[in-house]
Amino acid sequence: MLGLPRALLYYKYGLLWETFLKNLGIDIVTSPPTSKLIVEMGLDVAESEICMPVKIFYGHVKYLIEKQKVDAVFLPRMVAIEKPAYTCPKFLGLPDMIQAAFPEANIISETFNRKKGLRSYYQSYINLAEKLGAKKWHSIKALLKAEKISYEFSKKLHSGDSFSEAINKVKTKKKDSKIINHNRSNIRVGVAAHSYNIYDEYYSLNLLNKLKSMGATYITPDNVPHNIWAKYSNKLPKFLFWTYERELVGSAFYWIEKGMVDGIIYVMSFACGPDSIVQYVLEDEAKKFGIPMLTIVLDEHSAEAGLITRIEAFIDMLERKKR
Amino acid sequence: MRLTFPHMGNAYIFVGDLLRRLDVEFIVPPKTSTRTIELGVRYAPELACFPLKVTLGNFIEGIEAGADAGIMIGGVGPCRFGYYAETQRRILRQIGYDIPMYILEPPTAHPLKFYRVFKQLCPKKTLRHLWKELRISWKKAVFIEKIEAYALKVRCFEKDLGSTTKAKKRAISLLENAFSETEIEKAFEEGLGLLNQVEKEDRVAPKIGIVGEFFILLEPYVNFDIETILGEMGFYIERSVFLTDWINPGTKAPVTGHSKDEVLNAAAPYLSHFVGGDGRQTIGHSILFIKEGFEGIVHLLPFTCMPELIAKSILPKISYDFDIPFLYLVIDEQTGRAGIQTRIEAFADLVRQRHLKNILPKKDKINWTQKGKIQPVGVNIR
Repeated sequence: MLGLPRALLYYKYGLLWETFLKNLGIDIVTSPPTSKLIVEMGLDVAESEICMPVKIFYGHVKYLIEKQKVDAVFLPRMVAIEKPAYTCPKFLGLPDMIQAAFPEANIISETFNRKKGLRSYYQSYINLAEKLGAKKWHSIKALLKAEKISYEFSKKLHSGDSFSEAINKVKTKKKDSKIINHNRSNIRVGVAAHSYNIYDEYYSLNLLNKLKSMGATYITPDNVPHNIWAKYSNKLPKFLFWTYERELVGSAFYWIEKGMVDGIIYVMSFACGPDSIVQYVLEDEAKKFGIPMLTIVLDEHSAEAGLITRIEAFIDMLERKKR
Repeated sequence: MRLTFPHMGNAYIFVGDLLRRLDVEFIVPPKTSTRTIELGVRYAPELACFPLKVTLGNFIEGIEAGADAGIMIGGVGPCRFGYYAETQRRILRQIGYDIPMYILEPPTAHPLKFYRVFKQLCPKKTLRHLWKELRISWKKAVFIEKIEAYALKVRCFEKDLGSTTKAKKRAISLLENAFSETEIEKAFEEGLGLLNQVEKEDRVAPKIGIVGEFFILLEPYVNFDIETILGEMGFYIERSVFLTDWINPGTKAPVTGHSKDEVLNAAAPYLSHFVGGDGRQTIGHSILFIKEGFEGIVHLLPFTCMPELIAKSILPKISYDFDIPFLYLVIDEQTGRAGIQTRIEAFADLVRQRHLKNILPKKDKINWTQKGKIQPVGVNIR
């Protein structure tokens, strides 16, 4: 049984990985959504200063090993997913960190490095499948299927669906239905945040649904296609060398320039390295355009009441500004 | 146009020397102090790492002293260091110092950008000039660091507390004032002589290695001069990071003498992929230290430093596997001297107790009568 931790890049490539592995005929288990127990398990084993998403990842791995009794943990090393930039240093070291924390665990890992070319990037999938005992032909077929589904998924996202809607639609193969908005206000908020921060409902304290219930519509960087955010993020005077931060900055620039949002909420984790710099750069740029930006820093101590107050105040402010 | 640049330990001597040779005007900011850190912390983003704040403070103090442009090293990631210059330019503009910031990208990754900046700074010089001057400045920098490394090794045998530090300071100022190549070589010999003349006495000196993040290791004000503290407690110290080793393009590090492959191969069983910054080097050097018979390792890192945190997640495993004590010191603007002092003392006691229990075979032990073992010069310089 192969365990997939529902944390970090699962929120980006989870669908692709699951389809790929299922089509290879491998028995997979995904850990349940983050809960208090999982967070506590993570805090137990992880380095105390590391950022919260990584701690949660440790928790998921521990849960998979101890509670779900998996034989191996699936943990690819995503070094670069586009040519010029890296992901986060922590993703580069993650398999080694997990191995150091769980010396007995069997970790199935493979390095994915787009800097070495597209071919070697896809070769990594085939190598990975080989480690799991699949034939080359099978893995190519499985990869094609997985890429197709993940393409459909990203298309749904780019057409404006939220993450959970898109996942449901792809999984149940439902037809597109027009969404009718019954909003009392027409405040549009851009939520610039990593997918593993905002789609993890326990960790983000259900931020997206809170925005919805306050009557605001939101848009996330996942709704912006790759070519657009890449183009817009290149407007920074110095090239930004973290892919997921490029995505945030590029999307935010795109929203600002096209007038798609009234305000931006930047959600970051305490002790997140890239975000600490990028948040400043983005704030600096947003100021020039007169777009208000709210920064929310999440960690293991963040509480719901404080979050609600801050979002409410921000939305009230946006409404007043618009009037 | 007068340039200013951050301190980073003795790195300012190297940069200043090179700029002087290239006829570029510059101002060295005042030495890093409490005020520097206060200024940096006030204006930098709260969660940014500590070196960014300190170097920002250096820039502000440099501008106050009359500079009107900054020069800083760039980078291509994935460590945050590569984005320092850009962030600091923005911060300085926001607080009213709208100065041009010259970012020196690594010439291997962005040769054209490097050349453009070089031409802006000194339009009359060619790359040939740069190479010629760089060679001499480089030699000076290597010699300065060799003096430092040698002082770390012999400080534990000094008879009068602080005499090695005094001699080291004199030796470095000798080198700082030397200009031509022969002068530099003479100053180096003289400096080594000064360190050797310090009165020594024989004593048992357990070996402690210092590993960690580049900036924190190089800047003695920031790391509370932990090397001197440990040295004066009677420990033989070696450090993993030196400026010239770090920017040296060749494979063999001039100061520590370890080749890059050696370090990375040592790290490979624990961390097989590079993680930016010094993460892999920290692990590699730790293992090399342990194999050379070091009995304790101090790991220094700034709060939230990504590569070092990866290393710090793995080091406990190494500590367990080899049965060697590690001391982790996380440093930021909140760190107090007394807290660090207490922890160092406790760690020193631990290492000394283990040493006295004779864990190591005799041949790995060090004392002043075997001084032939302590070599100041690891490799010849080209």
